Amino acid sequence: MRWFVLLVAMLAMLAAESGYGRVSAQARRALTVAAASDLQAALPEVIAKFERESNATVTVSFGSSGNFFAQIQNGAPYDVYLSADIDYPKQLIATGHADASSLYQYARGRLVLWTRKDSGVDISGGLRSLTDARVMRIAIANPRYAPYGRAAEAALRYEKIYDAVRGKLVLGENISQTAQLVDSGNASVGIIALSVAVGPALRARGTYSEIPAMAHPPIDQAAVIVSASARKPLAREFLAYLKRPDISEDLHRFGFTAGR
Amino acid sequence: MDWQAIALTARLAAIVSAILLIISLPFAHWLTFSRRRWTFLIESFVSLPLVLPPTVLGFYLLMSMGSRSPLGRWWMEWTGHPLAFTFEGLVIASAVYSLPFAVQPIATAFALVDPSLREASATLGASGLRTFARVTFPLSIEGVIAGLVLSFAHTVGEFGIVLMVGGNLPGITRTVSISIYDRVQALEYGQANQTALVLLAFSMLVLMTVYGLRRRPWAAAPVT
Repeated sequence: MRWFVLLVAMLAMLAAESGYGRVSAQARRALTVAAASDLQAALPEVIAKFERESNATVTVSFGSSGNFFAQIQNGAPYDVYLSADIDYPKQLIATGHADASSLYQYARGRLVLWTRKDSGVDISGGLRSLTDARVMRIAIANPRYAPYGRAAEAALRYEKIYDAVRGKLVLGENISQTAQLVDSGNASVGIIALSVAVGPALRARGTYSEIPAMAHPPIDQAAVIVSASARKPLAREFLAYLKRPDISEDLHRFGFTAGR
Repeated sequence: MDWQAIALTARLAAIVSAILLIISLPFAHWLTFSRRRWTFLIESFVSLPLVLPPTVLGFYLLMSMGSRSPLGRWWMEWTGHPLAFTFEGLVIASAVYSLPFAVQPIATAFALVDPSLREASATLGASGLRTFARVTFPLSIEGVIAGLVLSFAHTVGEFGIVLMVGGNLPGITRTVSISIYDRVQALEYGQANQTALVLLAFSMLVLMTVYGLRRRPWAAAPVT
């Protein structure tokens, strides 16, 4: 019994320490965002600014767009969904899981070839350098469900080297994991998002070569407000904030082009 | 139904459990009968996969297989291709991951063998190997089978590590669990469900085998 009382006291102290008790008072100003993993580098800064300006607390989960899509369809408690494409948000609207009026294309993604500086692979020749025999494994995101994977496959087909490099392709679950397969030295080159390549984690360790935008259908990325959200005013505030020119500028700096 | 993934997984699990059986028999024997004080350290180390999340193992394996690690470079020079994203890579990863599932039941079974039987065998002039083959092993057969079945099943059920070091290559590293995940990701729930049902039936069968073994149908000789 003594131990039990002690345990409860410790838990209570922990809860007080972590500010658990204060959350309820602020619940009105809390927002939960599900964001595609290509936003991992850009979003924290953008969100920190939003939190300061509007006195809100934003919780972000990064992951694959397809995962979030399925989760939201099954009632995941997100308020805003930032997808790496525009089809998933549109489908959510079509099935009544997201608000049609909230659909906003916040950015357009760009595709790059990325390798570690110490990999000994020269990627200055663009996609054609992938046919080099020293390139043993090429990491791309899974084209079956990752928007950047679909774009990567389209670019390889556009350059007419898809069949030549097909046997070298390994598939990442999302764009961050794809980058990590290259960064850990397991794949020699990756086709990843520019926003990941210029992020603080990879910028210093690797080099990238941009893949021309005409080589693949545009990677239009859209945001929507989840229909089931109980915090729509703040969600709308957040989307309005994303539309501001200075925020678009921030996203631009992190490897996205302007929304449209 | 992804038969290719099912066949690949069965092949992977069969190879891994065979390798683990070969490793585990002498290893479990040593763990059980060694009088050295530090065996508990080795035992703890081998049992790590029981408690560590697969992501921890996956992370370390990913790092140790890449071209930045000595192991990765050595493998690259030896075979001419990277270790990650290959079937061999998966075999190594799965063997590490499932080792405690083979060693523990076997070691437990060895420990349960009445020491007087082994002593009697030794007194009658049998060598250590002969004692093992004629006394310890036959009396531990249910533990050995449980170890085989569990390591097979555990390899079939592996997901996190394969996701991290596999690269999702059909016929090479796309195991059943990855195939199901893939189908769910691609929103093909019907097909995911078909493959998942096969796995569900298989897992039930495995557990029935293991729990059925507890009835000791192989324990022919009365031990006590």
